[in-house]
Amino acid sequence: MSATGIGAPVRRKEDFRFITGKGQYTDDINRPGQTYAAFLRSPHAHATIKKIDLSAARASEGVLAILTGDDLAADKVGGLICGWMIHSKDGSPMKAGAHPALAQGKVRYVGDHIAVVVAETLAQARDAVEKIHVDYEVLAPVVALDQATKSGAPVIHDVAPNNQVYDWHLGDKAAADGAFAKAHHVTKIDLVNNRLIPNAMEPRAAIGDYDSGNDAFTLYTTSQNPHVARLVLSAFIGIAPEHKLRVIAPDVGGGFGSKIFIYAEETVCVWAAKKVGRPVKWTGDRTEAFLADAHGRDHVTHAEMALDEKGKILGLRVKTKANLGAYLSTFSSCVPTYLYAPLLSGQYNIPAIYVEVEGIYTNTAPVDAYRGAGRPEATFVIERIVEIAARELGQDPAEFRRKNFVTSFPHQTPVIMAYDTGDYGASLDKALELADYKNFQKRKKESAKNGLLRGIGFSAYIEACGIAPSAAVGSLGAGVGLWESAEVRVNPVGTVEVLTGSHSHGQGHETTFAQLVSDRLGISIDQVAIVHGDTDKVQFGMGTYGSRSGAVGMSAISKALDKVVAKAKKVAAYALEASEGDIEFKDGRFSVAGTDKSLAFGEVALQAYIAHKFSGQELEPGLKEGAFYDPTNFTFPSGVHICELEIDPDTGVTTIERWTAVDDFGNIINPMIVEGQVHGGIAQGVGQALYEGAHYDANGQLVTASYMDYCMPRADDLPSFVIDTTLTPCPSNPLGIKGCGEAGAIAAPPAVINAITDALGHEDIAMPASPQAVWRAAQKSVHKLAAE
Amino acid sequence: MVSVSMTVNGKAVSAKIDPRTLLVQFLRENLLLTGTHVGCDTSQCGACVVHVDGLAVKSCTTLAVACDGSTVTTIEGLAHDGALHPMQEAFREHHGLQCGFCTPGMIMTAVDLVNRKGHTLDEHTIREELEGNICRCTGYHNIVKSVAAGAQAMAGHK
Ligand code: FES
Ligand code: FES
Repeated sequence: MSATGIGAPVRRKEDFRFITGKGQYTDDINRPGQTYAAFLRSPHAHATIKKIDLSAARASEGVLAILTGDDLAADKVGGLICGWMIHSKDGSPMKAGAHPALAQGKVRYVGDHIAVVVAETLAQARDAVEKIHVDYEVLAPVVALDQATKSGAPVIHDVAPNNQVYDWHLGDKAAADGAFAKAHHVTKIDLVNNRLIPNAMEPRAAIGDYDSGNDAFTLYTTSQNPHVARLVLSAFIGIAPEHKLRVIAPDVGGGFGSKIFIYAEETVCVWAAKKVGRPVKWTGDRTEAFLADAHGRDHVTHAEMALDEKGKILGLRVKTKANLGAYLSTFSSCVPTYLYAPLLSGQYNIPAIYVEVEGIYTNTAPVDAYRGAGRPEATFVIERIVEIAARELGQDPAEFRRKNFVTSFPHQTPVIMAYDTGDYGASLDKALELADYKNFQKRKKESAKNGLLRGIGFSAYIEACGIAPSAAVGSLGAGVGLWESAEVRVNPVGTVEVLTGSHSHGQGHETTFAQLVSDRLGISIDQVAIVHGDTDKVQFGMGTYGSRSGAVGMSAISKALDKVVAKAKKVAAYALEASEGDIEFKDGRFSVAGTDKSLAFGEVALQAYIAHKFSGQELEPGLKEGAFYDPTNFTFPSGVHICELEIDPDTGVTTIERWTAVDDFGNIINPMIVEGQVHGGIAQGVGQALYEGAHYDANGQLVTASYMDYCMPRADDLPSFVIDTTLTPCPSNPLGIKGCGEAGAIAAPPAVINAITDALGHEDIAMPASPQAVWRAAQKSVHKLAAE
Repeated sequence: MVSVSMTVNGKAVSAKIDPRTLLVQFLRENLLLTGTHVGCDTSQCGACVVHVDGLAVKSCTTLAVACDGSTVTTIEGLAHDGALHPMQEAFREHHGLQCGFCTPGMIMTAVDLVNRKGHTLDEHTIREELEGNICRCTGYHNIVKSVAAGAQAMAGHK
């Protein structure tokens, strides 16, 4: 392993600009002549718009334009789209209501966009927003998931008369029913997967810029996938054809899914730039982020597990209601279906599974992918029910899991997935050791002496990353392919630029991608630049989400590098006057086998460009290669997380005492960065379990719309983590990478809740397990203990 | 419009501003010092922390006019003569940042913490003291390590 090659904990190349305040986030960019946009948002969850009076606002100081849904319609600007078609059980397509970027006749959630004011300054734009007068007819809202599809419920979109988007299923019902018919024991649970608000620290922002000389647009935006944004804005929304629209996603301050989607604000800014004739900038504030960024999770689930007399799992039935909010966001439809149900087999051998999912409209913000997207929801179901089954059968939860683990690969589950490789027992063993599981009871007794309830909880998760291959996801309804592109440009002096369709917003691609190049070409990472986030530079790409950048994005780079080396060998053969078959490439040097003749990589690059040693008929000059990589399968990272915690029954305060994580991510490029991804994921998962929860009141008002009301995990809420790995390389990509970005967020919630319920001695606790909720639940435990 | 003068990162600056201008707006918009970030509107996240007369303040909740005559240091003013401040170096060395958005505020808070509490900081103290800074990426694990190491390194620095 070289100092900057694969496997080295290389310090990040991108950090210098961030630690010196020189990062370039969207709001840091200012265009000459820039104007400012502010949105009027609906204060009602559900209302028809009878009239909008703009006269006072138009007269307000500094106002340049005020645009509404009528202007969008007049300009034939298309609505926002959902890019994944789901079909219901009966074969009918999902019921997608129109989603105009500015409301047309009706508003459907608090925060829905009604009008935009463009003014000379932000303060003027905001002042004018307050002067717009809207005459609403307020309608009864649909807020609670369990009321939404009842007959007589208010209708949110006419296309979905009972507010049901789809009624979908997966698996073999008859086989699952058969498993339950012969079951010795059935474990049942009812679960709520709480609604979360992603809260990347950089609020979303956009600058639309129009060049009338070339009739071309530029959009600067906080995007995880600028090419997808351009595709949607061009092909579906109709702003401009792709060659007339450049999308730039500069430094982006976290995404976690929420910056995948194509939202109203950037659509409006780029469209308004032409109408106003000047650049239009919008920067969301935190309240807007709470109200109108796509939320995550929000499932209500009933699940049942059939078991034989020894505790082997025979079957699983799951019924889920998924809240999709007021409109279908860009990828919302696939999250509770294809990103959820196929993961319900967990790490276990389950012969029969049947899953039913209802997607439901409510008068709340749209719900879409948030770190893990469907997989945390699946893991919560399977890891909770497995834990409870073990408890009901009086079996050790670790050994119960081990008994049911998949142990031979490849393994075809009854719900689409073919697990390619893994060693779940190895991760469990290592985690048990690191968590000192054998002495847990001793520690529990010690805690009890101090009046504290100690619990331990397991989570043996599996996730599916790098969604692929494109043909397969296409057959399941995806509107796009899920490959990745790369281009490797070698300069005449031997430095290298890699253009990638992946996007980094904290993941450290500028370092890890350069490590791959360093490893392959034998040059220092300082000689490598990673270029991303600009559709004018990178031809196309699918962006970064679903932990796909390593497994898919780097595999594309790997493929392009193979082509570069192959071409460079040809150049070297001419330059060294040897036959191509005799050229060997090692540690950055091309040499003729069995001789001392050799050239460094940079020298060969120069030869490729000066082209003095070969003719254009024999070989094309230059050294630049591209690749598109479409994987053959998903990747399947897995692992075991163990949470040990203490509850103070007098205050309800839960303190995590120990967190042990053992993950199998396949091969690892940079262990330092991978650990950082795991830390951040766990923190978000613990946040879901203990602190975070979006809450709408009965009128559809978001009552958790600021950091005063929505509890973000802070430094003093979390412990340091004990992290280790096991390794089974992924067989379906050339680098053996599985992906690590979402693992912690997927694994953590059930580990926490299993530990809390273990400590309490009963199962009655919901997420977030706030001190108040835990205190209430602990009272029951205290009574129970007193009675025993 | 009112006029305001202060010293920012060692340079004297003055401007005529709308009296409602916040210090963070003055820094970002008037001086184009965009290293100081805005992550919330309720004074909770700490992305905006700068030093005013040597103390950490949230520049999103401070009026620029209130800093008339003050000395302000932002993240851009921390490194000297091309050498990173030890706290900056520690964040890089210990992978204390991912997306980098919270980082300027974290570093400014951390330097202030060391100024107040000294160079030997235990994990508990660091975690408690970072209560006013939110990071969504790192889970704080490596930030805590960075702050502890940076505090040590600052002992030999002046
Ligand atoms: S911007 Fe959040 S505290 Fe200042
Ligand atoms: S590094 Fe992204 S918010 Fe802290």
